[in-house]
Amino acid sequence: MARLVVLGGGVAGHTTATFAAKWLGSAHEVVVVTPNAKWNWIPSNIWVGVGQMTKDEVTFDLAGVYAKAGITYKQAKAVSLNPEGNTSSDKSFVTIEYTGQDKEGTSENIEYDYIVNATGPKLNFDATPGLGNGEGQMGDNTVSVCTADHAVHASHKLTEAIEKMKKGERQKFLVGTGHGMCTCQGAAFEYIFNIEHELRKAGVRDMADMKWISNESFLGDFGMGGLHMKVGGYVVSSKLFAESLFAERNVEWLIGAHTSKVEAGKVEYELLDGSKGEEEFDFAMLIPPFAGVGLKAYDKAGEDITGTVFAPNGFMKVDAKYDAGAYENWKASDWPRTYQNPTYSNMFAAGIAFAPPHIISKPMSSPNGTPINPTPPRTGMPSGIIGKAVAHSVCDLMTKGESAHLHEASMAEMGAACVASAGKGVFSGTAAAMTVYPVVPDFETYPGTGRDTDYTFGEIGLAGHWIKHILHFLFIYKAKLNPGWTLIPE
Amino acid sequence: MKKEEEINFQKSDDFSRTMIPGSFARKMRTCVIWQFIRFVIINIKMIIVVGKSH
Repeated sequence: MARLVVLGGGVAGHTTATFAAKWLGSAHEVVVVTPNAKWNWIPSNIWVGVGQMTKDEVTFDLAGVYAKAGITYKQAKAVSLNPEGNTSSDKSFVTIEYTGQDKEGTSENIEYDYIVNATGPKLNFDATPGLGNGEGQMGDNTVSVCTADHAVHASHKLTEAIEKMKKGERQKFLVGTGHGMCTCQGAAFEYIFNIEHELRKAGVRDMADMKWISNESFLGDFGMGGLHMKVGGYVVSSKLFAESLFAERNVEWLIGAHTSKVEAGKVEYELLDGSKGEEEFDFAMLIPPFAGVGLKAYDKAGEDITGTVFAPNGFMKVDAKYDAGAYENWKASDWPRTYQNPTYSNMFAAGIAFAPPHIISKPMSSPNGTPINPTPPRTGMPSGIIGKAVAHSVCDLMTKGESAHLHEASMAEMGAACVASAGKGVFSGTAAAMTVYPVVPDFETYPGTGRDTDYTFGEIGLAGHWIKHILHFLFIYKAKLNPGWTLIPE
Repeated sequence: MKKEEEINFQKSDDFSRTMIPGSFARKMRTCVIWQFIRFVIINIKMIIVVGKSH
């Protein structure tokens, strides 16, 4: 019996573990190591953050689901990898530290035949002074919707702000990115328009000033270099549609901004032109930058090989082209296909945990040398597809031997469907429903826009809201491994 | 004649340089019959993209 260890229980890790357990059956063991007791459908945190859903509606306990799937579940965080074993054994192992199951703080070494790193990101709040609390957690100056607990906190703060407006006190809302190297602009985009929608419902929209602050060089970049869509016989940039929505909903924007410092009621920022400024706020939701979770790696002799296994940002190196050089040399083929670590063939990474070869948007920096550009998004659909492909590869390696064919899922060859909520309501809600194909533009195959405009589209409306709401139930149903779960695509 | 949908153009230079939907386009966004049709069409488009991506 061989053992697969999956680090992380988010979209990529959960997909990898559950498919591997299904395909391997009882012949091999699948172990999931995740510090969380609950699975969270993160896209719906937006609605928790405006009080339209509860934490319980977007989370469920993992233990029962993994027991049903025959997966060994360890509520713990991974600390280090020893892919060569140690001086007393050649067997690869991962060191974990429990965060639950009545073993908090206890360490354990788990030997593995294959390991998939799907830890997701570390929310690096402390990268911006004042955004974090100096201890790796979110500070008191802003709110976040990155976790369900953060979203509950944000909802309470929003309720307080609405109460103030009802009493005649004007409020300034600032939403966007908390650093020049953030990703996940889409979540902030959803949050600002959901706030705007809720303020209208509460009858206090005229008491609110709303502003978007982002590291994108243009509205609608979303970390993907924007996208072009066919609309009304034209092929149009997402910039035009994003600006249109902001203007329609009376939300001002500040783009090309690196948030350099956060204080109570005020942010300092630097723009792409090198100028610096300040923006005051009463309520701010700023997405933190992402980093790897800080896993270490050691060789057989105990020497630190973290730099061999992981990129400087803490994400795991895979089969990507990391020496592509300048922007002009970037190609779709730089992006990984199998997600296998180039040094240790029994290690893979999936979802946000893999190190991208470079960003997708055009790299930008201020005259002061401050990089201000979005880092690549890895949303649910690509993360799920990658997780499933990695599970397929590992299962084949375990059952057919080391010469088995590895399955491929390049982000430069897959599309993504994305639904960005702009307000919740069965008849009053709207959302931007979008698809891009492929996620990473391929200017060799699709000269001009980098994408196939027959399969890249977007529109805003109630239909998009219905789709997002249905997907909420559908993906939680799938993640709970209810009957027919494999029929629901990632 | 006052047109509500055009008021925001004057609120900032950024706003004045983009497009803002008129009242008909806004109504169609939440028109249940039209949006049900769009729901079907968007789902078909998404299923095609999902199918090409797996």
